[in-house]
Amino acid sequence: MSLGSEEVKKIAHLARIAIDDANIPAYATNLNNILALVEQMNAVDTSSVEPMAHPLNVSQRLREDRVTEPNQRELFQGLAPKTEAGLYLVPKVIE
Amino acid sequence: MDLMKDWELVIGLEVHIQLATNSKIFSGAATAFGAEPNTQACAVDLGMPGVLPVLNKEAVRMAVQFGLAVDAEVNRKSVFARKNYFYPDLPKGYQISQFELPIVGRGHVDIVQKDGTIKRVGVTRAHLEEDAGKSLHEDFHGMSGIDLNRASTPLLEIVSEPDLRSAEEAVAYLKTIHGLVRYLEICDGNMAEGSMRCDANVSVRRRGEEKFGTRCEIKNVNSFRFVEKAINYEAERQIREILAGNSIRQETRLYDSTKNETRSMRSKEEANDYRYFPDPDLLPLVIDDEYIAGVKAGLPELPAAKRERFIGQYGLSNYDATVLTGSKELAAAYETLVGLVGKEPKICANWLSQELAGYLNKENLEITESKVSMEQLAALVGRILDGTISGRGGKEVLEALWAGEAEVDGIIEAKGLKQMSDTGALEAIIDQVLAGATAQVEQYRGGKTGLFGFFVGQVMKLSKGQANPGQVNDILKKKLEG
Amino acid sequence: MIEKTIAELSAGLAAGEFSSRELTDAYLQRIATLDSKLNSFVTVTADAARAQADAADAARRAGNTSRLLGVPFAHKDIFCTAGVRTSCGSKMLDSFVAPYDATVVRKLKEAGLVTLGKTNMDEFAMGSSNETSYYGPVRNPWNLDTVPGGSSGGSAAAVAARLTPGATGTDTGGSIRQPAALVGITGLKPTYGRVSRYGMIAFASSLDQGGPMAQTAEDCALLLGAMAGFDERDSTSLDEPVPDYTAELNQPLKGLRIGLPKEYFGEGLDAGTAACVEAAIAEYKKLGAEVKEISLPNSGLSVPVYYIIAPAEASSNLSRYDGVRFGHRCENPKDLLDLYSRSRGEGFGAEVKRRILIGTYALSAGYYDAYYLKAQKIRRLIAEDFKRAFEEVDVILGPTSPSPAFRIGEKSDDPVSMYLNDIYTIAINLAGLPAMSLPCGFVNGLPVGLQLIGNYFAEGRLLNAAHQYQQVTDWHSRAPAL
Repeated sequence: MSLGSEEVKKIAHLARIAIDDANIPAYATNLNNILALVEQMNAVDTSSVEPMAHPLNVSQRLREDRVTEPNQRELFQGLAPKTEAGLYLVPKVIE
Repeated sequence: MDLMKDWELVIGLEVHIQLATNSKIFSGAATAFGAEPNTQACAVDLGMPGVLPVLNKEAVRMAVQFGLAVDAEVNRKSVFARKNYFYPDLPKGYQISQFELPIVGRGHVDIVQKDGTIKRVGVTRAHLEEDAGKSLHEDFHGMSGIDLNRASTPLLEIVSEPDLRSAEEAVAYLKTIHGLVRYLEICDGNMAEGSMRCDANVSVRRRGEEKFGTRCEIKNVNSFRFVEKAINYEAERQIREILAGNSIRQETRLYDSTKNETRSMRSKEEANDYRYFPDPDLLPLVIDDEYIAGVKAGLPELPAAKRERFIGQYGLSNYDATVLTGSKELAAAYETLVGLVGKEPKICANWLSQELAGYLNKENLEITESKVSMEQLAALVGRILDGTISGRGGKEVLEALWAGEAEVDGIIEAKGLKQMSDTGALEAIIDQVLAGATAQVEQYRGGKTGLFGFFVGQVMKLSKGQANPGQVNDILKKKLEG
Repeated sequence: MIEKTIAELSAGLAAGEFSSRELTDAYLQRIATLDSKLNSFVTVTADAARAQADAADAARRAGNTSRLLGVPFAHKDIFCTAGVRTSCGSKMLDSFVAPYDATVVRKLKEAGLVTLGKTNMDEFAMGSSNETSYYGPVRNPWNLDTVPGGSSGGSAAAVAARLTPGATGTDTGGSIRQPAALVGITGLKPTYGRVSRYGMIAFASSLDQGGPMAQTAEDCALLLGAMAGFDERDSTSLDEPVPDYTAELNQPLKGLRIGLPKEYFGEGLDAGTAACVEAAIAEYKKLGAEVKEISLPNSGLSVPVYYIIAPAEASSNLSRYDGVRFGHRCENPKDLLDLYSRSRGEGFGAEVKRRILIGTYALSAGYYDAYYLKAQKIRRLIAEDFKRAFEEVDVILGPTSPSPAFRIGEKSDDPVSMYLNDIYTIAINLAGLPAMSLPCGFVNGLPVGLQLIGNYFAEGRLLNAAHQYQQVTDWHSRAPAL
C-alpha cells in the first residue's frame, strides 16, 4: 500500500495537523517507508489469534463514588491561552 | 396528516441518561447541575497531560441495574473504547465510550399503547460513556465559551431497535424509559436540565414494504413533545422528498424546536471517521454472577411488575394501571390514597389519574408538587362514597382545594354542595317534575324508556344539582313504573 | 563525592560526611559548569533544590533515616512537577507549568530525594537519539558528536556525566534501556503496571512504563522501591506488594538459568557489541549461571508491530493538545479547524507529526483490521514467545542495542533505520515484561549495554543478576572525562 499526497492531506486533516504543501511529499515518503516496514506483519497467519490490547491479563479496578476533587479553576485556567468569565474561549462553534 | 396514511414510519431511539452518581464516571469531580463554569472540571476532566481515568463503581452498578430491568444480557466482560474526534467540548479529543463490547446487551421494554395493548420494543444495547462539556454560544468578541463542568459525567446510552412505528409510540417508549430510570433511581429524568436526552433515527417506507428506507438521525429532541413533533416533521419531510422523486441522504439532522424543523448538520458529517479502539488506559470491565445477583436482589419493584400487581390487587384496567405506575411517585401516591379511603380503588384511581392529574398537567407539576395532598383527596373521595356530595360536587371541591382551601367538609358547607338525601324532600321534587311532564310520563310508560334521563335531568335542575343521583334513580324508577 | 553512587551518597549522608545541601550545591555547580556541553537538562530548579536539601538536612537532624533522604536527583521532563515547567521536550508544552505532581514525583519527594531539575528528552518520548527535542539534541558525554540514545537521553547523559546520581526515565520501546546502554549506565524498565503512570505524560499507554536510571543496579533497586506500587489514580497500576529490592541483591547466581535468544545474536548485531555481550555471558557462567539458547521466533516482528500500536495510541493520546486549555495556540485562528490544525502543526515537531499521521491512518476506517488489529494479534504471539521461554529459563540475556552510539544527524533523515535501533528492546514493552540495561564494555570508546529480561514482577531477580555482575566487573563505575 502506498500513500499519495492527497491521502496524506486527508490523514493530516483527520489528525488536525497543518502541513505545508511543500512538505507533503517528504511526509508521504517517510510514511510509505514506515508502511513498507509494517507490511512484514502480513507474513504471519493470525486468523486464530486473539488480539492483545493490553500487556497484562487483569480486569478493570473501580473507584468509590466519592467527590475528591476540589475546584481548582484558577490554577487550571492560568495555563489556558484564552479564557473569559471562567470559560475557555475558542473560535465560534457552528453546529 | 393525510400524506402519512400510505406510509409507515420506522423509528429507533438513542436515549442518553445521565447517571445520578455523586462524582464523574472517570474522576472524583462533582456532578451537581448548575455550578459556576469549569468549577467542577478537575485535571482528569480537562484532559491535562498525564492524567488517567478511573472508573466509578456506582456508574457500573447503575448500568447493570438498568440491564436487569430491561431483561437484558449483562455482559460479563465489556470494554471501553475511545471515539476520536476534535470538538471544543471534548477535552481529550476523544470520548471514552463502549463500542464492540457494551455492558448491557440485547433486552426489551414493554410499552402500553393508548388502547391498552402492550407492545414489546427491543433494546439493542446500553453502554457506559462520558458526557462532553458545553459550548456556550453567547458572543465573546466573536468567540464561543467552553464550560467543561459536564465533561465526564456518566451517561448510559440506551439504543432501541427500529421497532417503533409512530411518533406516539416513540413518546410512549421514551416515557417508559423515563419511568424506569426513575424507579431505579439511576437518573433524575430531568429533560430540561439535559439529564435525559434523545436522538431519533427516522425512516419512512410505503405501507406493505418490507425494506427499511434510508434513515436520518435527528439530534437534540429533548422533550416528549419535541420527540413527537420532530419525528412527524422529519417523516413528512422524507415523504415529500420521495414523492418529489428525490432520494433520502443518510445524515445527521438537528431539530430546531423554535422553528419546528430539522436541518442538516454538515459539520458532523465530514468528521465521521471516529477511529474507535480499545482505551489502553482502562482494562476490560469484568463482572461476575455473584455481583449481578447482588444487584438483582437490590432492585425495587419495577413498573411492569407493579402494573400487574395493580391490575390484580385493585382491579384496575390495564390503561389505568399503566398510567398510575408511570412514575414511582404517582404509584406511591395512589397506594396512599387507596389506603386512606379504604375501598373503591377504581374510583380512587379516577380521582387521581384523571381529575387531579388534569390540574397537575395544566400547571406542569409532578405529583410530588401537587397542591392537593392525598389526605385531602381521600377526604373528598370519602364524601363522594358516603353520598354527601355528588361527583360533580367533588369536582368543585377539588377546584377549591387546588385554589388553596384546606378542608373538604368546610368547602362542602360553604358551597352548599351537600346532596339532598332526604327521601321526603326528593319525592316532593320528583312528584313536581312528573306532574309538570305528563306527556313524557305517558310516552315513557308507553315504552320510550329513553326518556328516563330527561326526568333525571329535570330533577337535578330543580334540586339545583344537590339531589343524590342514586336516590333519584331509585325513586324515579319506582314512581314511573309503579 | 560527585563520583559516588546513590548507595554511597546515602551512607555518606547518614554518617554525616557531608550534608544534603553540600551535595546539592556540588551537583548544581557541576550542572552549571558542564551541561552546556551536553544539553541534558531543560530546566534546573536550583532554588527549590537548595530548599529541599535544607529541609532534608533538617529532617535528618530530627531523626529521619530514610535511605534516599537528601540525595539529589533529576526527573525526565515527561513527569509532571507541580509549579515547574513540564515540557515533554515539545514546543507544544514549552510554557506548560504542571498543575500537579506525577505519582512518581510525589513518591520520590516523600522518600526525601532532592530534585535538581528536569532532563531533556525526545519530543513526547518519540525518538531513539534525543534529536527530536524542541530544546535541541543531547550529546553523549563519551563522545560529544554522538547521540546519547533516546528518548530518556537527557537523564542518561546526566547520570553518565555525574551531573546527577540518578534520574527517572520512561520506556515505551526501549527509552530507558537504549540510552542507558549508549552512555554506559544502568537503567531498569519495570513490569507494566509496577510503577504508576499518573502524571507521566502519555505516549503509548499500553507500553509506557517509568523506571530508574543510575550508575548501578543497587541504586536502581533503591529507587524502584520508592517509585513502585499501586496507585489509585492509575487503573493499570497493579495492586501487588512492593518488595525490598535491595534484599535480594546478594543472592548467589549459582543455578540461575539464563536464556540467550538466538534471534538477538544474528544479522544486524555489531561485532564489537557482540563480543562485549559474549564476554558478559562468560562472566555469568563464572558466577555459576547455566546458559542455554532459546528462541523468540516472533521477535523480529516487534518493530513493525510497535510502529502500529505505539503511533495508534499516541495519535489519540496527543489529541488533547488542541490549543484550548493549555499548550501552544496559534496566533489569530480564523476558525476552529484553523485553531486545531495550526496550533498542532506549529506545536509538534516532525517526528511527532509522522507518528500521529501513521497512527491516525492505522486506526482509520478500512485500515483498522489490516494494521491495528493485526498488530494486536502479533503482539500476543510475541508475548507468548516470552511465556514459553520463561518456562525454561529465569532470565533472558542479550544486547540492548545493535550497535554503540551513532553520530548526531546520522539517522535523523531515515526514521526506519532509527526505529531499527530498538529491535532488541521493543518486544519487551509489547509483552509488558521487566528488563534492564547495564554496561558491559566499550567499542571504540563508546559504551555497550547488556540487556537482562525477566518474567513479570521479577525485578528483584533482574536486579540481583545485574548486581552480581557489577560485583565482578567495573564497567558501571567508568565515567567519561569532560
